[in-house]
Amino acid sequence: MSGAATVRVQAEPFDAAAESAALTQGRSDLGAVVTFTGLCRDEGGMLEALEIEHYPGMAEEEIGRVVAAAQARWPLGGVTLIHRYGRIAPGAPIVLVVTASRHRVAAFEAASFLMDYMKTSAPFWKKEHRRDGTSGDWVEAKASDDAAADRWARP
Amino acid sequence: MKAVYFAWVRERIGKTEEILLPPAEVATVADLIAWLKQKGEGYDAAFENGSTIRAAIDHTHVKHDAAIAGAREIAFFPPMTGG
Repeated sequence: MSGAATVRVQAEPFDAAAESAALTQGRSDLGAVVTFTGLCRDEGGMLEALEIEHYPGMAEEEIGRVVAAAQARWPLGGVTLIHRYGRIAPGAPIVLVVTASRHRVAAFEAASFLMDYMKTSAPFWKKEHRRDGTSGDWVEAKASDDAAADRWARP
Repeated sequence: MKAVYFAWVRERIGKTEEILLPPAEVATVADLIAWLKQKGEGYDAAFENGSTIRAAIDHTHVKHDAAIAGAREIAFFPPMTGG
């Protein structure tokens, strides 16, 4: 089961429902589609916006490598991965993962794997802009995200 | 080779990119970080915890013991926070 992969790095918002529908359009071989959307949260009302910086060129290539690793590991009928950059307001979407497969376990696991590696290996960095007008800090990488990615490397 | 910097590494150095011409004895990513630290306060601040800084050669993640020979573009950046 080898399906198409779509990878996009863009400033514009995306429509999760439309992307999911596009992946499954005209298909009768799929039994499961998992859609994950990562949103910008307001951190208890403190956050005005996130500024997401990325490494053009490498971002697309690295996501492509992670998608290829997922395709090699699970029988996926299709994958769509979109990551935004630029200024993003609380409530707005940042990242989209859509995985489709014959069975749910592959779709769920591949989506989780893709998100864990998006956090630890795709070259994006978040900076906070705060409601009080101060330019906040760069978001620090979390050890829990590294641990989440590492669990896929275990036998 | 071309060097590119991202996030707070870019802010501390004060440049997005530059051309580097390190001497021949600078053979690895770790050597290049040590050499860059001598270039000024901004570089020293960017690489003060040099072992935590991530590097990529020609768009592929590398460890600090990787050789830089033949690299067209080397990138330095903090641990990633996307997703």
